[in-house]
Amino acid sequence: MTTILQPDDATIAGMSEPARSRATRRVRGLSDRAIAWLFVAPTIALLLAINIFPLVWMIRLSFTSLNLSMSYLPLRFVGLDNFRDILTDEDVWFRLQTTAQFVIWSVALQVVIGYGLALLINRQFRGHSFWTTIILLPMMLSPAVVGNFWTLLLQPQIGPFNYVISLFTGVPPSSFSMTGQVALAPWTIVIVDTWMWAPYVMLICLAGLRSIPDYIYEAAEVDRASPWRQFWSITLPMTVPFLMLAVLFRAIENFKMFDMVNLLTSGGPGSTTELVSITLKRAAFEKWRTGYSSALAIILFVTVFGAANIYVKALNKVKQR
Amino acid sequence: MTAAVAKSVPAKSTAHSIVEASPRAKAVASGLVILYAVITILPLLWIVATAFKSQSDAIAYPPKVIFEPTLEGYVNLFTVRTRQTPDFIAKLPPPETWYDKLVRQRDMVIAGPSKVVPRFVNSLIIGFGSTFLAVFLGTLAAYAFSRFRIPLADDLLFFILSTRIMPPVAVAIPIYLMYRQLNLTDTRLGMILLYTAVNVSLAVWLLKGFIDEIPREYEEAALVDGYTRLQALRKVVLPQAVTGIAATAIFCLIFSWNEYAFAVLLTSGEAQTMPPFIPFIIGEGGQDWPAVAAATTLFVVPIVLFTVLLRKHLLRGITFGAVRK
Repeated sequence: MTTILQPDDATIAGMSEPARSRATRRVRGLSDRAIAWLFVAPTIALLLAINIFPLVWMIRLSFTSLNLSMSYLPLRFVGLDNFRDILTDEDVWFRLQTTAQFVIWSVALQVVIGYGLALLINRQFRGHSFWTTIILLPMMLSPAVVGNFWTLLLQPQIGPFNYVISLFTGVPPSSFSMTGQVALAPWTIVIVDTWMWAPYVMLICLAGLRSIPDYIYEAAEVDRASPWRQFWSITLPMTVPFLMLAVLFRAIENFKMFDMVNLLTSGGPGSTTELVSITLKRAAFEKWRTGYSSALAIILFVTVFGAANIYVKALNKVKQR
Repeated sequence: MTAAVAKSVPAKSTAHSIVEASPRAKAVASGLVILYAVITILPLLWIVATAFKSQSDAIAYPPKVIFEPTLEGYVNLFTVRTRQTPDFIAKLPPPETWYDKLVRQRDMVIAGPSKVVPRFVNSLIIGFGSTFLAVFLGTLAAYAFSRFRIPLADDLLFFILSTRIMPPVAVAIPIYLMYRQLNLTDTRLGMILLYTAVNVSLAVWLLKGFIDEIPREYEEAALVDGYTRLQALRKVVLPQAVTGIAATAIFCLIFSWNEYAFAVLLTSGEAQTMPPFIPFIIGEGGQDWPAVAAATTLFVVPIVLFTVLLRKHLLRGITFGAVRK
């Protein structure tokens, strides 16, 4: 590949006489290697400036006691103190537990509902495409806006949710508050998240179901395998990679969950729905403990990154089988 | 990491199933799916309806399904009003417009426009600005990754994706400090750059998939005919990739449009977009629900349209191109 300095493209743009040899073409235009770097460089530069440089800066800050509300204090390096403080803080562990429970329950519900819907839609009844689009709408919305309008729907007296529940169960609609009660609030964020994201799992599972070639089922029919048996021996194993992919994406997203819950319960009542992202936001942008919150951010990043990596290894193993 | 996934999940498109479900199975399936669809859409319909309720209807107990529609919510969304005595209002010249009249019925007069229009404009400028930049950069990078041998290409692609795994609140901490130094806090430019950085990873991954699907032979023929690389890109590849580029652009636009965490942490006025603004539309004594619902409706309508438009490419977009169909 030639790397000789070339005239710029504009001067040669006009002359596109056909049937020039490959050799002359190389000399006329920019070399492929130059173009490749020219094309990739801006993206890498942007990501370095907006993502990596701040990340490196944050790592440095995590070893300091910087507090933005007292930024007149000189920057003091405290070594691993921030990390020690976080990892020995019971509250942080509680938040991580709350987050883990939220992730597990919401993803589990989404998998059950999403997979179920995918199985049903895959029967290709009339109008299935229209209804699928309707079902997909919630996941396209802004999580913040969703969190906000669900607070209206879940108001104990004026909200329709409690009213519908009371129609079915007879419990007075003002006797319970989905966002205000310690026992209910964790389920509320799971329900709203499931409402929003079950379609996501559905869409991915649907692709999985459609990737199974028909002849496998035909063979099973010939062998007189029961529908139940067909499901367990064909459908489920062949869609597991898709299901795992959906779980991976959902679990990462929900581990990072901030917007919807921040607006729906803002971590309350007390701190029953305080996910770790909300803790992080409070430490960083309300208490302005920048050093401490940088350390917490790094711990979260390492956690999600590590978990994702282990998970992808498992996913690839399933694929190879 | 997800590079492995992208390669390892080949989604075949099979023709219409020969092993058809029985009519009864289909009927059951359609019944259940329609039931779910109706239940899932009800919250949205409730919000659309609330936008047409009066203040008192919106917070009535029991919740009102049938009500007299009014445009009060929309008027309240776009205006700032002050409460006046009935005497004062009686002395005013007759209302000039229908919305003046509507407001006066509530013993109020319009004091001026609300901030919703500037916020909407911010959402549009930041959304389109970052989408344009992300798709532009993403197309170039995706083309390079698709067609040239780049050293450590997989690592670079993974690096591009990994920037997406960071929790936004965590990213916002150093960005906040950096933007303070650069005077980019609460500016549209700052938000455009940030959203571009977030979107470009999606753009590169999606567009690489789309460009991979365009046969190399087309370009090679053009190159043999004496086109330069750039000419071949412009005249052969880009026209072929138009659908993919459009789908990618819509995904980027939806992300910027919906984004909340960065917006609420890094903007406060000048560059504030709709998502952090909507929850703080307040009237006398708390949230002005009809106005909030009106804002939500206006905010969501474009998303609904985009969802319908994107239907075919949705799967690809939400999985970073890992699953194609």
